[in-house]
Amino acid sequence: MEAKKISLARLLFKAALIFLLCNLIFASFNPIPALGRLTLYNWVLPGRERLPYGDDPPRAYNLNLYSLEAMFASHKLSGAEKTTGEFRVLVVGDSSVWGFLLENKDTLTAALNRAGLQTVDGRKVVFYNLGHPTISLTKDLMILDYAMQYQPDLILWFVTLEAFPNAKQISSPLVQNNPDRIRDLSSQYDLSIDPNSPEFANADFWDGTLIGQRRNLANLLRLQLYGLMWAATGIDVFIPETIELRAVDLESNEDYYGQQPPALNEDELALDVIQAGLAQAGEVPVLIVNEPIFVSSGANSHIRYNSFYPRWAYDGYRELLRSFASAHGWNYSDLWQAADNAEFTNTPIHLTPRGTLELAEALIAVLGEQFDLQISP
Amino acid sequence: MTLTQILLFAALALLAGRFYKVVNRNWLLFVASVLAVFWLQPASAIRNLFFFLPCLSLSLAALVWSLTLPRDVGFKREDWRAVALLVGLALFLSATRYFESLCCLTASRPPQIELVAFLLVLISALVIIIFRLGRGRTWLLNLAVLFILLLFIVLKSEPVALRVSAGLRSLGGQDPQLASSLDIGWLGFSYIAFRLIHTLRDRLAGRLPQVSLRDFVTYIVFFPALTAGPIDRIQRFQGDLQRNFTLQPDQIFSAGRRLVTGLFMKFILADGLAFFALNSINAVQTQSSIWMWLLLLAFSFRLFFDFAGYTQIAIGLGMLFGIFLPENFDRPYLKPNITAFWNSWHITLAQWFRSYYFNPLTRFLRIRNLPVWLIILFAQLSTMALIGLWHGLTWNFLAWGLWHGGGLFVHNQWVQFTKTRRIVRNPKLSLSFGIFATFAFVTLGWVWFALPQPADALRVLRILFGIAA
Repeated sequence: MEAKKISLARLLFKAALIFLLCNLIFASFNPIPALGRLTLYNWVLPGRERLPYGDDPPRAYNLNLYSLEAMFASHKLSGAEKTTGEFRVLVVGDSSVWGFLLENKDTLTAALNRAGLQTVDGRKVVFYNLGHPTISLTKDLMILDYAMQYQPDLILWFVTLEAFPNAKQISSPLVQNNPDRIRDLSSQYDLSIDPNSPEFANADFWDGTLIGQRRNLANLLRLQLYGLMWAATGIDVFIPETIELRAVDLESNEDYYGQQPPALNEDELALDVIQAGLAQAGEVPVLIVNEPIFVSSGANSHIRYNSFYPRWAYDGYRELLRSFASAHGWNYSDLWQAADNAEFTNTPIHLTPRGTLELAEALIAVLGEQFDLQISP
Repeated sequence: MTLTQILLFAALALLAGRFYKVVNRNWLLFVASVLAVFWLQPASAIRNLFFFLPCLSLSLAALVWSLTLPRDVGFKREDWRAVALLVGLALFLSATRYFESLCCLTASRPPQIELVAFLLVLISALVIIIFRLGRGRTWLLNLAVLFILLLFIVLKSEPVALRVSAGLRSLGGQDPQLASSLDIGWLGFSYIAFRLIHTLRDRLAGRLPQVSLRDFVTYIVFFPALTAGPIDRIQRFQGDLQRNFTLQPDQIFSAGRRLVTGLFMKFILADGLAFFALNSINAVQTQSSIWMWLLLLAFSFRLFFDFAGYTQIAIGLGMLFGIFLPENFDRPYLKPNITAFWNSWHITLAQWFRSYYFNPLTRFLRIRNLPVWLIILFAQLSTMALIGLWHGLTWNFLAWGLWHGGGLFVHNQWVQFTKTRRIVRNPKLSLSFGIFATFAFVTLGWVWFALPQPADALRVLRILFGIAA
C-alpha cells in the first residue's frame, strides 16, 4: 500500500488554523482565573506564609503576579480549614505588614502567632499575613474583598498616610492589572476612583489571547516552580547583606501631593475606601491601625518627620483619622510611635525584627483592650 | 541560541530550500555561518570585543586552513572568492554602525570601519605569509595546536581571564578595576578549538582531505553546532557538502521532529527544572536530605535535557541544510555501566579525546612496558581530568573528571575480574542494578560539577547521605 503523501503547506496551514482557534477560544473564555486556582500549594507543597511578591525571583523564590486567585491559592490561608477552635485574624496592609526585608519568622503575624493569644471562650487566635508591598488603600480593599471568603473573625488593617492620597489609589500594579475588580468595588461603594483612568491596564480582545497572556501564564507556572524551592528552604524573600538606611537628613520641602500647610484637604484622601472596607467586612470587626513611622532628628526634621511626611501633613492626618474614627465608630488604634526610631530599615515604615516585636507587643495590648484577646496562660 | 534565533534559522533553511536551483547551498551556508558568528556573539563589557571575538574565530579558521594546506596546493579562484566574502562581510557588518536599523546583526554598535579594515589587512597579510612560508610545516602545525591550547587556558582560567580582561580594558581606555573574568565570553570557542585541533592533528597524521577555504570556515563555525556541538569531523562534514542536496518533505518532517523535540527538551523541561536544580546558592540554603536529592536529580535531568535538547536542535537545523551532524546522546541515563555511559553522553567529545589523547597516550605508555592496570589507571584518570578541565580550570571540574576517571577504572577492573568468574546469576536483575548504580554514580558526580567550591560539594554529599554537616 502506498504511504499517504503529506503536504507541508497543508500541514502548516492546519497548524496555523488550530493555533488561531486556540487563541480565539482562550480569549473568549478567559481561563486565567480558573488556572490561577490550580495549584500545588497546600497540597504537594506547603502554603506560603505571605502573598507572593518578589523583586528578585531567582533569589527570593518568589515573584510578583496579578492574579488574586493564584496569589491566594498559594497562601496557607487557602489550605487552612477553619475549625471551631480557631479565631481567625486577617492582617492587611502594605510592605510593613508583608515584612519587607524580613524573614518569615520575623514578620508581624509571626510575632503575633508566637505570642499565643486566645479568646475568652478559649479559641486560639491565628493571624494570617495578607499584606502586600505596595501602598494603596484601594489595593488593601481589593485584597480584603477577596479574603472575606476565608471566614475571618477579625481584620487588622494597617494604614499610613502614604496610602491615602487619591492620586496613589491606582498606582499599585496589582490594582492597575485588576481593573474589573476595582471598577466593581468602585461602583458598589461609590468610590472616588476614575473608572476610565489611563493608569488601568485595559486589556483588549487580543491581549486576552494565548499570545497576549503568555507572561501571565508563565507567571502562574513560575509560581508553582518556585514553590519547590520555597518548600525546600523556607525562603520567600531576598535580604541583601547591606541595605541603604532611611534618610535622616531631609529636604525642607513641605509639599505633600500638591497640598500645602496648614491643613490637609480631606477630599484629597481616600477615606471613602476605608468606609468601603468596613462595609465589605460587614459583621466582622475591623481594627484600623496607624502603623509606626520613623521620626528623624536630622537636618530639617523640624519641617518633616521623615522622607515620606512633612510634619504638618502627618499631624493633620492623625487628627483627621482619629476624629473620623470617633465620628464613624471605627475601631482605631494609633501606633505611630510603637517602635523605637533605631528599628527602622530602608524606609520610614519598614521595621527590623526587633522593631516588629515592639509593634506586636503594642498591638497585643490593644487587642486585649478592644477585643478581649489575651495571651494564653 | 534563543528561541527566536532558532526559529529564524529554521525559516531561513525552509526558504533557502526552495531556491537551491539558483542559490548555491555551500555558499549560502558559508555566508550564513559567518554572519551567525557575529549575530550569536553576546555583548561584552569590554569595548568592541563583541565584534573582534567573531573576527578572531574567523581569522583562526583562515589561518589554520592556510597552515594545513598541502605544499603543492595553491589558492584557487573559489578560495579568493571566500577571502573576498569574509573581508566584505566583516566590512559590511562594521558599516552597519552607520545604519541603526541594521545594527541588530551585532550585539551592539560595531567599531569604526577603518579599524576593522586595518585589522583585516593585518590578518590577511598573516594568512598570506603563512601560506607562502609555513603551510604544512610540522613545527608550525604543532605550534598552532599549542597556541589554541594557550588560548583555551586563558579563557577557562578565571585569574588569567581576569588579567586579560583588565589588559583589554586598559587598551580600550576603560577602567581595568572593573574587569571581570566573565568579560571575555567568546561564543563557541570551546568547540571551535576542538575542530581546529582536529584538523591540525589530522594534517600531521596525513589524514586531512583537501578542503577549500569556504568549506573549512563553514565547518569550523557551522552555526547550528557553534554553541553546543556536536563536534563533527571534517571528513564527514565535507562529504555532506559535496553531496547534491534538495530539501524534500520527508527531510523537513524529520528535521521538524528533531526541532520540536529539542525545543521541548530545552525550553520546557530543562528551563523548568532550572528553577530548582542544584546550584551554589540553594546548596547552602537546603538542609534536608530529601530536598537535596530532589535538587540534585533536577540538576541531573536539567543538564541532560538542556544539552541533549540543544543537540537535537543543532541536528534538526543541520538536516534542513543537508548537513547530517553526528548524534551526541544515546539515552545515557539508561546505561548499565559507566563505560557505556561515556559512550552515550556527549559522544563526539568522548570520541575526540579517545582519538587525540587516550589512544596516543596508551600507545606511548605500552611501549614503556608499564603494567597494564597502571596504564589504564593513568590514561582514564588523565583523560577524564582533561575533559573536566575543559569545562573550566577549577578544582571542582578536576574533581568531577577524576570521579569519572576513577569510575571508569574500577569498571574496567571489574570487567577483567568477572571475565573468568560467574558472578551474575540473574541478568535482568543485574541489568537493572547496573542502570541504577550507574545513574546514581553519575548523578552524585554532578555535585562536583554543579558547585564551584569543593567544600560546598562535600557538605552537600554529607547532607545527601544524612551525615550531619
